[in-house]
Amino acid sequence: MPDIVSSAPPETKIKVDSLQFFYGSFQGLKNINLDILERRITAFIGPSGCGKSTLLRTLNRMYDLYPGQRAEGKIMMNGKNVLEKDQDLNLLRARVGMVFQKPTPFPMSIYDNIAFGVKLYENLSKAEMDERVEWALNKAAIWNEVKDKLKQSGLSLSGGQQQRLCIARAVAVKPEVVLLDEPTSALDPISTAKVEELLHELKEDYTIAIVTHNMQQAARVSDFTAYMYLGELIEYGVTDELFIKPKRKETEDYITGRFG
Amino acid sequence: MNALYGRRLLINRVALLSAMSAMAFGLIFLLWILVVLVSKGISGLNLAVFTQMTPAPGSEGGLLNAIYGSLIMVGVATFVATPIGIMAGIYLAEYGKRGWVGPTTRFVNDILLSAPSIILGLFVYAVIVANANHFSGWAGSVALALIAIPVVVRTTESMLNLVPSTLREAAAALGAPQWKVILIVALRAVKGGVITGVMLAVARISGETAPLLFTALNNQFWSADMNAPMANLPVAIFQFALSPFENWVNLAWVGAMLITFSVLALNILARAFFDPRQKN
Repeated sequence: MPDIVSSAPPETKIKVDSLQFFYGSFQGLKNINLDILERRITAFIGPSGCGKSTLLRTLNRMYDLYPGQRAEGKIMMNGKNVLEKDQDLNLLRARVGMVFQKPTPFPMSIYDNIAFGVKLYENLSKAEMDERVEWALNKAAIWNEVKDKLKQSGLSLSGGQQQRLCIARAVAVKPEVVLLDEPTSALDPISTAKVEELLHELKEDYTIAIVTHNMQQAARVSDFTAYMYLGELIEYGVTDELFIKPKRKETEDYITGRFG
Repeated sequence: MNALYGRRLLINRVALLSAMSAMAFGLIFLLWILVVLVSKGISGLNLAVFTQMTPAPGSEGGLLNAIYGSLIMVGVATFVATPIGIMAGIYLAEYGKRGWVGPTTRFVNDILLSAPSIILGLFVYAVIVANANHFSGWAGSVALALIAIPVVVRTTESMLNLVPSTLREAAAALGAPQWKVILIVALRAVKGGVITGVMLAVARISGETAPLLFTALNNQFWSADMNAPMANLPVAIFQFALSPFENWVNLAWVGAMLITFSVLALNILARAFFDPRQKN
């Protein structure tokens, strides 16, 4: 069970303030306000197309890769609005890592997959890099499976291993926030369990936001849950309370399976 | 067996039969060409072909200068066309999605791709040969490069378009600048396909005759000077095949066989490189 009262009260890491998002003329997010707390796991749930992935992709401005997509409002992180025009996108993304629905290993060796991101912003010696690669692979609980084949292609791994490799890759650059977009939807139950276990360990150091279709997963891993529907944030609160005693009728209908 | 199923079975057989006969029709001509080439060319194939120059009428000789000229001109053309083609392909696939420059370039490239090679030869004749007042190996290389570039551009762009956007997003999500995303991740993911494109371009230009006729012309003697008319296999074949001398005609067949099998080998090599089952 998530343990919220341990240690000091968490601080707000990311403050989303009246966020609007547009795909061309279609409004994908409507006036979203929410605080993502430091070193906690925040889950976004809701039916397909409700905007949960869109919300996640505004946090590292992934949408900027595509013309016609734009966000309005504020996303405050470390006292700065990351939606500002002068925000350096590469630096933002180095601080806010992301793991995708499908495993996306790069077409290079397992070692280079991890080293790729690290090399972008750090100048490490060979020994330091070796250490960092081992550290990251250990964090993602995959070191024992790959330590003898670091020179092999990342594509040679199984789907579950590839996804943990991608998590290791995201963690290796030591970001402040890790975003996960349905990270286990392409994995079998055993790999899923490993990834979920991993999230528990990662939250000791990182702020985590996860999008999931699986309500049991949200209940299992997250401290806070946001229920979204048609681009609006319907309810946001402590996971246990939201699942046991939702305040809104719409949330209750969704989590009890009467809808969606 | 009911009537509907029987009818479906019949249609299936008819469709299969027509597809197979269409394939056989194409294959028969290909085999026919290969058989004629080998039967006419194999008797003339000997060491002299690779060691002696193209002969004067009535005397004996080989194809050495023509083989050398073809290799060097195709080589220079490939050396020029590969970086230009790959960079233009990257531009079209990665940067040229917005605005009008990309689509216009793509359209012009497609026209260039299907332009008759004789027109490109004529263009190089007008621009280079007519101004320099002499035929040259350089002019021949330029003409061949102009034919190769659009092929490389096209394949590079199509290959990069096959890279899933999630792979680019994953690299960008680590804070990688766009040029690193393209060079280190996207291009590497499809390097086999891009190399195949270059090889197909080489295969395409090795057999081109018309553009060389206007640019490198031919040279009966040994010449490694790129600034002078240069011997080459396609033009030598063209000239010898139409001649009344028996040993010239024989050499033409040998040359034709050499080109055909080199191109065949190159295509097989390209396929081996671009094996879809073999990742990375």
